Amino acid sequence: MNLLEIHGVSKRFGGLQALNRVSLQVAEGEILGLIGPNGAGKTTLFNVINGVYRPEEGRVIFRSQDITGRPPYEIARLGIARAYQIVRPLNELTVLENVMVGACFGRESRSLREAREIALAVLEQVGLIGKRDVEAARLNVAEKKRLELARALAARPYLLLLDEVLAGLNPTEVALMLEVIRSIRASGITILMIEHLMHAIMNISDRIVVLDYGEVIAEGTPQEIAHHPKVVEAYLGDPRLSQRLLEGNGG
Amino acid sequence: MWRSGSWWLTLALLLGAGLSPVITGSATLREDMFLILMLITLASSLNILLGYTGYVNFGHIVFFGLGGYIGFYLMHRHGWSLWPATVAAGLATAALAFALGMIILRLRGAYFALATIGINEAVRAFVANFEPFGGATGMSLNFAVYQAYGGAARALWLAYGALLALALITVGISFAVKHSKFGLGLMAIREDEDAALVLGVRGPQVKTLAYALSALFPGMVGVLFFFKNGNIEPGDAFRLHLSIETLVMVMLGGQGTVWGPILGAALYERLRGYLLTSPLFKNLHLAFAGALLLMIILFVPAGFIGWLRARFPVVRRVVV
Repeated sequence: MNLLEIHGVSKRFGGLQALNRVSLQVAEGEILGLIGPNGAGKTTLFNVINGVYRPEEGRVIFRSQDITGRPPYEIARLGIARAYQIVRPLNELTVLENVMVGACFGRESRSLREAREIALAVLEQVGLIGKRDVEAARLNVAEKKRLELARALAARPYLLLLDEVLAGLNPTEVALMLEVIRSIRASGITILMIEHLMHAIMNISDRIVVLDYGEVIAEGTPQEIAHHPKVVEAYLGDPRLSQRLLEGNGG
Repeated sequence: MWRSGSWWLTLALLLGAGLSPVITGSATLREDMFLILMLITLASSLNILLGYTGYVNFGHIVFFGLGGYIGFYLMHRHGWSLWPATVAAGLATAALAFALGMIILRLRGAYFALATIGINEAVRAFVANFEPFGGATGMSLNFAVYQAYGGAARALWLAYGALLALALITVGISFAVKHSKFGLGLMAIREDEDAALVLGVRGPQVKTLAYALSALFPGMVGVLFFFKNGNIEPGDAFRLHLSIETLVMVMLGGQGTVWGPILGAALYERLRGYLLTSPLFKNLHLAFAGALLLMIILFVPAGFIGWLRARFPVVRRVVV
């Protein structure tokens, strides 16, 4: 069963066609990777899914419900949470309060007291429990990335949108983050993730969709994508690179 | 809230200070405390929008003036008693803020701040030309009105008691909001409105509610102030500089904290009292307010309470 269906979504910014009749499906329980060169429209697609932008054309169907053009806070309450590419911590609130915001206003709309319990559990899961009383502004980049994730998780979403959560992390931190993402999937949450770190996304995704100039140019398993001629041509440029990616040396 | 030591401490301090004129029976002290409690109520209610939600409001005083007018009108022209007139005026200003908020809270940052100045000036111009409110000359209470409260002297004490109760309620609401889910949503908006929306905070609704709540109390204070004053006119009711002075109080004490506006209001009132009576500075108190605001923003943007909380984390449980 499909958790999320995107049907022919188009979005323009002035003369720029950011998304051109994009269609894709996310099945319940899978990790779907979304890749493509810079400016391909990946983040715009996220913004359309969670209601920040209203598309000119097309429909977004979430759990058999049309959510096209609804405001972001309604979509959040239906069960879509998001971690940003550029971290957006609520700087003057503590780490715990940041995560409580997710639990309070997310899908389950918890009371302050319940939200505290959920937030503590999630902070334990992402390994930030020791920093719970620290102001979010004082965290380092890797910690802020984990905070983004924790805040999204505390909302108890059905679908998690991850926008380059691995960017800017060192190899150890990437490995830790991948473990966290796997544990999130194991807990039953469906994940749609944008990532530039090729070996990581190739390893963790069940399926991959490739966007280029606002259009879907390929879709398939990581193996299929890595050998897809259009992808190799449009995105990777060098055909031999794909082989290296699958072996886990590229990036 | 009822199990919070910090709340009981706040209540005890305010109540102690507020009751001191009653205990001593001193009318001078009562007049001083009336002004301080009024400023505490104005600053604490402004803080709900400015400190918790992060929206700068230069037009807070419009609710004070308009509330005063509505209450005055009900007492003067329709013979209402002070209590229902006070409540009605507060509800009216809150309703106005609710309606206005749905329109102007779409604006952010400087645009919202500018719109609030516009509202203050527009309402002042409207009231100055509105005959039922007495137009440019305003309205005066007949001295006989005070007889209903047991004479003018008793009426002044009654107004003071009502103000003390109102100040305690305002600070109580400020404390409750700060420690509620509603308040967490407001603070999320203050920190990053777009991120808050994506986290599920119903931005338009909670902002409008915060604006209406912050307008309720100045509306009620306005009635008490002008009842005590005996007359009301547009120039007195909509003093833009009082809005700015209220901002200075909130910033001085510490925006976004419960104690900040209380401390800021008390300190600022003392400072202003000193400047106004000093022969050297008596015409310069607004210049001082401006300079003070500049210094706070440059050097202690968190205000006194904010600085205290950042410098001494141990005090955070008590100093809220």
